[in-house]
Amino acid sequence: MGSRNSDPADDSRSPLRQTASHGLKIVIVGGFGVGKTTMVGSVSQIQPLSTEEVMTEASRGVDDDSPVRQKTTTTVAFDFGRITLDTENVLYLFGAPGQERFWYLWDQLFAGSLGAVVLVDTRRLKDSWYAIDRLEYHKMPFVVAVNRFDSPPPPNQPGRPQPSLDRVREALALPAAVPIVDCDARRRESSKDVLITLISHLTALSDELPAEPEPAR
Amino acid sequence: MSPRAIDRETPDRLYTVTHGRTLGDDDPFDLVSLIVSERDPAPGMQSEHVRILRTCRHPTAVVEVSADLGLPVSVVKVLLLDLLDTGSITVRHPLAGPNRKAAAQGPAGMQLPDREMLKQVLLGLQKL
Repeated sequence: MGSRNSDPADDSRSPLRQTASHGLKIVIVGGFGVGKTTMVGSVSQIQPLSTEEVMTEASRGVDDDSPVRQKTTTTVAFDFGRITLDTENVLYLFGAPGQERFWYLWDQLFAGSLGAVVLVDTRRLKDSWYAIDRLEYHKMPFVVAVNRFDSPPPPNQPGRPQPSLDRVREALALPAAVPIVDCDARRRESSKDVLITLISHLTALSDELPAEPEPAR
Repeated sequence: MSPRAIDRETPDRLYTVTHGRTLGDDDPFDLVSLIVSERDPAPGMQSEHVRILRTCRHPTAVVEVSADLGLPVSVVKVLLLDLLDTGSITVRHPLAGPNRKAAAQGPAGMQLPDREMLKQVLLGLQKL
């Protein structure tokens, strides 16, 4: 996937105001095809852009005994969108592929991020396990959003409604303190609500802090 | 979203753009650092530098520059560093970025942004 907007003539997005001074990040992470790009696109005020990063990793072959460790260089593409919050603050939303091999990229995305949204497809719950595990390890605050993009159960399977949020929470072994919500990533209002849930969660976590967190001297 | 071998790309091009340089550990840029031009492009400048200086007449995030140029983020950072070293651009660092000294330690050691910022983000989102 190359840059969709690399043509200089296609400069339709409006530039930021001169007063824009703080870039902020939220990362939307999830398995392949779960709707990350859709969610980025539904709330972004610009046409989502795609760019790429070069990844160099020592090839960790499963049975690689050869003394020469080859380095493989690949590029990984990721999407992002933008929301201008006010005259100074600009929020960037990143869609991050959740698979293990992309964690090099995640370090960059997560550094300084406000928090993360784990986007979940109930038909492929285990795609989310790894992401949740890593977020907990990195102590990155997050919320879980279940993308119900085909909400009504298929007519040929009327007896199989989608699992409830409680069931999903259980299947993901999600701690009680982590919010989980339904969403439709295609709808702006719904995606916006997910982001508001994340910020509210961060605010609640921050309220649990002592009033004056003085560093020890 | 899928990785691909870079040798199907044009590695020579990437190499030429940066003259073979990489950023190393000295990375003053976050993905969302906002870049602002401090001068106009001059004749004889490398074409990528010219494009960056034109784009960044308005504040532009590092990732946006990368998308506009169609170059990987790490390559763009090398180009930005050239411009920073010559005073041709300034950088507006993200408040919650990697340089932030004292991130509040939340429950279980989480790094939390400050409350005032969260309030501003919430207000901005509600207005969407």
